[in-house]
Amino acid sequence: MTGTQTPASPLQSGLEISLEPLGEADGESRQLLSLNFGPHHPATHGVLRLLVTLEAEVVRDVKPIIGYVHTGIEKTAEDKSYWKVIPVVERMDYLSYYFNAMAYCGAVETLLEVEVPKRAEYLRVIHLELNRIASHLIWLGTSALDLGATSPFLYCLRDREQILDLFEMSSGQRMHTRFFQVGGVIEDIPAGFAKKLRSFLKEMPTRVDEYKALLYRNEIVLQRLRGICPLDAETLLSLGVTGPLLRAAGNPWDLRKASPYSSYEDFQFCIPVGSTGDNYDRLAVRIAEIYESVKIVTQALDGLPEGPYVTTDRKIALPPRHELATSMEALIHHFKLVTEGFRVPSGEVYFPIESPRGELGCFVRSDGSSKPVRVHMRDPSFVNLQALSHMTEGSYIADLIATIAMLDPILGGIDR
Amino acid sequence: MSRRDPAELRVRSTHASELLRGAPLEGRNAPAQLDQQRLEEERLEEYVRERVLTTTLEKAVAWARGNSFFPLGFGLACCAMEFFHAAGSRTDIARFGYEAVRASPRQADLIILSGRVSIKMAPIVRRLYDQMLEPKWAIAMGACCSSTGIFNNYALVPADRFMPIDVHVPGCPPRPEALMHGILKLRDMVQGHPQPSWRERYGAIGTEETPPTVGEDAS
Repeated sequence: MTGTQTPASPLQSGLEISLEPLGEADGESRQLLSLNFGPHHPATHGVLRLLVTLEAEVVRDVKPIIGYVHTGIEKTAEDKSYWKVIPVVERMDYLSYYFNAMAYCGAVETLLEVEVPKRAEYLRVIHLELNRIASHLIWLGTSALDLGATSPFLYCLRDREQILDLFEMSSGQRMHTRFFQVGGVIEDIPAGFAKKLRSFLKEMPTRVDEYKALLYRNEIVLQRLRGICPLDAETLLSLGVTGPLLRAAGNPWDLRKASPYSSYEDFQFCIPVGSTGDNYDRLAVRIAEIYESVKIVTQALDGLPEGPYVTTDRKIALPPRHELATSMEALIHHFKLVTEGFRVPSGEVYFPIESPRGELGCFVRSDGSSKPVRVHMRDPSFVNLQALSHMTEGSYIADLIATIAMLDPILGGIDR
Repeated sequence: MSRRDPAELRVRSTHASELLRGAPLEGRNAPAQLDQQRLEEERLEEYVRERVLTTTLEKAVAWARGNSFFPLGFGLACCAMEFFHAAGSRTDIARFGYEAVRASPRQADLIILSGRVSIKMAPIVRRLYDQMLEPKWAIAMGACCSSTGIFNNYALVPADRFMPIDVHVPGCPPRPEALMHGILKLRDMVQGHPQPSWRERYGAIGTEETPPTVGEDAS
């Protein structure tokens, strides 16, 4: 072997550290330090990799490097018939699987111009809001862990188990339930679900009170979060940031109110907003959202209308099992749906919903066949991540950890 | 089972020196006239057989290892959430001694691949595994890193292609109980066939790569 080995650049190697002189100021020589943070790091909430440029402890630049959980979900979706895409898109943002399914089903339903029964819409709202609580609980637990507190993590998981039990009751799976389908939901809620849900709804606000008591009066939490890494609403909007981050800066933009979908206009709830848009506001807005979600689920459960849980259009939804034994037509519909799937009129649509992290939109283009030509997701984590360098520039590296936690990026959604 | 009075069970702590001196014993197996006589010959042997456990050092070490894995705190995707829940209060892996989740691969001896491994991530996962010190084990959690699962496409790679996996846990994602079961299977493996080195376990001795020594001519 001949030739010399060239030193690996920070981009190629995971561990290289490069120093460049910054010149002398106030009699001290200063250097910029390029540091690789991730992709395996306990505080990156997944496999996010950041190329951080530091001057001593102060962050000068942050470049996110993504793609470490790229799964090819959008491309896979093009190869499947419409109803088989749902399980694939659900695994994108793995904390808000109901939202992924909702955005996709909503887009396909818009193309099909199919009407979703009221009961199905209410059932969807119940599961969406439960999912929002579950997502915020994981966020709260892991964020507290990043700030050095272990106990909220265990408490949050305890409560999340109850939500997962409810999901398991209604669909048989804890995560990635495929409960939503085009035209409605897959099955009606079982007996006992409402009772269990009610006891959860009664308990949850008191639990959130406990979390607030743990965190809001904790001096360490306050010092780590209050006034740290703020960003104003205009900058956030110009970067396309939505969701709790934008609301923490005082802009009450919530798609559930701005353009209601799935009967959200029937429910009374508030949009929590912050004032300064610092990390503390980001924490407070999300915790307040849990209370609002509990309110929405309570209203949806109280006003749950009778009726079918899925559209009666046999060209889209499978016929009930008992009809297959007696009706030839049902058998034909079943056969066509299972083998080929339904065809969707050609056209394209963008269907945005409010996920726990912001605007989650699904773009679907159809050419009239039974498979989509293109499925694209506008994932909020991906867009929100670009605000990270704006937020953390000039702050300490320890605050960078806290800001990532409050940003709540889900890498499965970013890389897809 | 009702609570019983310790005095009723006639259990009392004995000191080894007392035992050899033939001090009074109140255990169930204590011979009747022990308090009068010293422990000698046959009776001493019987005593020792009843109370002393003999094993090999290798087995004892394997027993300890199997009951105290230090998992690497490493999450890839959805399965990581169920890994959290396995560490949570319902299926508490601390019951079995696996709760010491380490942030650095150098302190861990079990890597749980919780999620999908993309082609971009695979070299990093392999590097983490190589950074772990022997003895070390690996669990592939979920369908994605065992077989790429429902995403049978260009982006993913099954973990078996680039590193040795000891236990595969099926599911999408597996329940925390399933992960628990997988770790206990690994415990059985570690305690039953104590082969600490992965190269020994998978017939890879001789495949070691050594970096060129510093100062040595590369040619």
